[in-house]
Amino acid sequence: MSMFEGFRFRRVSSSIHRLDPRVKFFFVCVLFVMAILFNKLLAIIVLFFVPLPFVLIAGVKREWLRSMRGATFFAIFIFVVNFVFGYFYPGTIQGISPPIDTLSEYFIILEKSLALTLRFFVLVASFSVFFLTTSPDHLGLALEQSHVPYEFCFAFTTAVRFVPVLADEAQTIMDAQKARGLELERGNFLKRVRNYIPILIPLIVGAIRRSLELAEAMESRAWGASEKRTNLYVLKLKKGDYILAFGSVLMLIFAVYVWLSVPIPSLTALLRL
Amino acid sequence: MIEVKDLYFTYPAGVEALRGITLTIDDGEFLAIMGQNGAGKTTLVKQFNGLLKPTKGEVVVDGVSTREMSVAQLARKVGFVFQNPDHQLFCETVEEEIAFALRNFGFEENAIKKRVDWALNLLDVMQYRKTSPFMLSGGERKRVALASVLAWDPHVVILDEPTIGQDHQQKEKLRQFIVQLNAQKKTVVVVTHDVEFVAECNPRVVLMSGGKIVAEGLAEEILTNPKLVAQASIVPPQITQIFLGLPDFGLPTNVIDVHEARRILLDLLEGSS
Amino acid sequence: MAVIETRDLTYNYPGAKKPSIKDVSITIESGEFVILTGPSGCGKTTLCRCFNGLIPHFYGGKLEGEVVVAGCKVADHSIYELARHVGLVFQNPENQLFALSVEKDVAFGLENLAVPRDDMKKRVDWALQMTGIEELSERPPHELSGGQQQRVAIACVLAMQPEIMILDEPTSFLDPVGAQKIFEVINELNRKLGITIILVEHRLDLASKYANHVIVMDEGTVVLDGEPRGVFNSEKARLTGVGVPKATRLYQILGENGIRLGRVPVTSEEAASLLREVLKRD
Repeated sequence: MSMFEGFRFRRVSSSIHRLDPRVKFFFVCVLFVMAILFNKLLAIIVLFFVPLPFVLIAGVKREWLRSMRGATFFAIFIFVVNFVFGYFYPGTIQGISPPIDTLSEYFIILEKSLALTLRFFVLVASFSVFFLTTSPDHLGLALEQSHVPYEFCFAFTTAVRFVPVLADEAQTIMDAQKARGLELERGNFLKRVRNYIPILIPLIVGAIRRSLELAEAMESRAWGASEKRTNLYVLKLKKGDYILAFGSVLMLIFAVYVWLSVPIPSLTALLRL
Repeated sequence: MIEVKDLYFTYPAGVEALRGITLTIDDGEFLAIMGQNGAGKTTLVKQFNGLLKPTKGEVVVDGVSTREMSVAQLARKVGFVFQNPDHQLFCETVEEEIAFALRNFGFEENAIKKRVDWALNLLDVMQYRKTSPFMLSGGERKRVALASVLAWDPHVVILDEPTIGQDHQQKEKLRQFIVQLNAQKKTVVVVTHDVEFVAECNPRVVLMSGGKIVAEGLAEEILTNPKLVAQASIVPPQITQIFLGLPDFGLPTNVIDVHEARRILLDLLEGSS
Repeated sequence: MAVIETRDLTYNYPGAKKPSIKDVSITIESGEFVILTGPSGCGKTTLCRCFNGLIPHFYGGKLEGEVVVAGCKVADHSIYELARHVGLVFQNPENQLFALSVEKDVAFGLENLAVPRDDMKKRVDWALQMTGIEELSERPPHELSGGQQQRVAIACVLAMQPEIMILDEPTSFLDPVGAQKIFEVINELNRKLGITIILVEHRLDLASKYANHVIVMDEGTVVLDGEPRGVFNSEKARLTGVGVPKATRLYQILGENGIRLGRVPVTSEEAASLLREVLKRD
């Protein structure tokens, strides 16, 4: 759950928050592509440092760390799987061949697994920075201006708007059923799952009722009146956005060049392990 | 019997909702807890069935501190009817809905049958026995929710804002029902801001504001005191307002009932002629 | 000039054997402040939805008779066309606000109507000012109290500048002081801007002082229709079981003992001043 905490938007303002979400998303995509291109540990370590200045400038260090901590569980899983896989199928890794018997061969498998694990962290880090510095309404606006059909943008922002409401309602329903003797912590696994039915059904029925009321309200405020809606807010690209966009493109070109022509040494070889 | 001893309560998010509440509720009493939204009324009554436990101070129900009992144990003695019946209803038939709590409390099948019949009759919903609760009207669902709580015969019945959205006749029926419950020696606690309803029932009133009790006494003393009433952000009953508008005639200041008002005015007119 | 007229209006929800409203014929003049009341299930909510087109366009069902709102036959106009003339504020404040800031919610209707941005900004600011919530413009709805949310909902409808505003039990979830604030806002809109108000309410003691037209329904039909004093004082009102204001009740029971007040009071101030006259006489 704490992995998702790191993605929740916090109301703070910084220059990073004010950047256009579309440009930020482009930057994150470039990082994503670069992380996929490279599978050498050294390269990925360099990549990992790229989102860090953004975290610091935006002032979201604590939440970002929380998302990284939350991702650790998955990361360990990735590491173990790759290490075991590399041990049993060494043909997939350059520079080693069966049987695995030298120490340096172990280090190569270790390095490969670390690289893939760190790649996962890079992805989490960059997307986390994106979501932490982009408010849901900015995001909805960006979707709209990117010509995503309005129905989807509306569904997105409305869903986000009702998350705290549904959370409160779930708590109230739990209280109401506990007050009728429902004990959620007791019983074996199967019983515990069944005990959630008195919580889920009112929640779902409530959500359906709520949707009906929302639909009435939407219709009553001229939903569907015009082919093309106007908008109270508009996203305009500013200097900072152009700099980031330009910088991302440069980064991408540089990365492709390095990938094509510069052989990156493995750390094991460098340290002569 | 419920004793509240210097109770303080702070929500996990940090809001201090109750600040030093001391209160005693005797068996068979009818108590109205009043005050504006946010005064802490619901927070206080949730302490009585253990949904919330004190941060400081104590709540003692029938001689045992609530800290030492689970919600299920307390709920056996203290029934809580939530404001919105849709937060509880989830069964396929009204019958099962009423039986739900009885099963949770471990009543045996025979007793459950008897009590379900009794509760269905009491709230006049016998004809809906095999109906899905979701098919019933708002008022009928409220009655089913009330039946499902009374079925297990708790000593104390707490009603959270029972008059919201109810028309005049429904409120009158509710008032009569409470009188009936009191006659059966049940303690009834009503959380409400409906001044006219309380004026017609004339219970003991506890007035809350900002997490504290600002006044305690009979309805006719509390609701007719303009200073107290303003402090708790409620309005006096219309009859009281009429009398307050006639200060120079020496009229008694604690009138809340329309028939009492007539008697006093007739006396005054007959006396002067 | 009549701004709403219905003639023998009868409606069955889809699949319902019994009609929810039957032979309703009423006239509402422009600028009136109407209170629509009656026991639960009497059809007041159904009738309101006939005024803005939710019935028949959203709900389907069988609509018979005629209903004309702001000169448009409801059956012939879509809901979004009618939304320019009649706004509807619902009971639950939470479920009418969908955006992540108050401003955006108030602008929602205008965005749907494709109002140009500059115009939109002006109307949003005006609506926020009229409902007294300018300082809340950037707050998300979840952080607001029920009373504040309802004022936002009123601003959302107001921004579309309708001639008619219908409010379906808007104060149900509010405490008495919150309710009074809402009634005062609605009253302002009626007095200052001439918007015709139709208020569905049970709490007649708080709301009746603003009204100049009261309609009482019971079991789908209109049983009383006229000016407040006559309606509240009638025997029919008492039989229908509406919560007649206590001031009127006092007038009635004093009358039973031969004490006649000058007029039928509806508010406590009126009752007090009328009693003063009677008491001074002796």
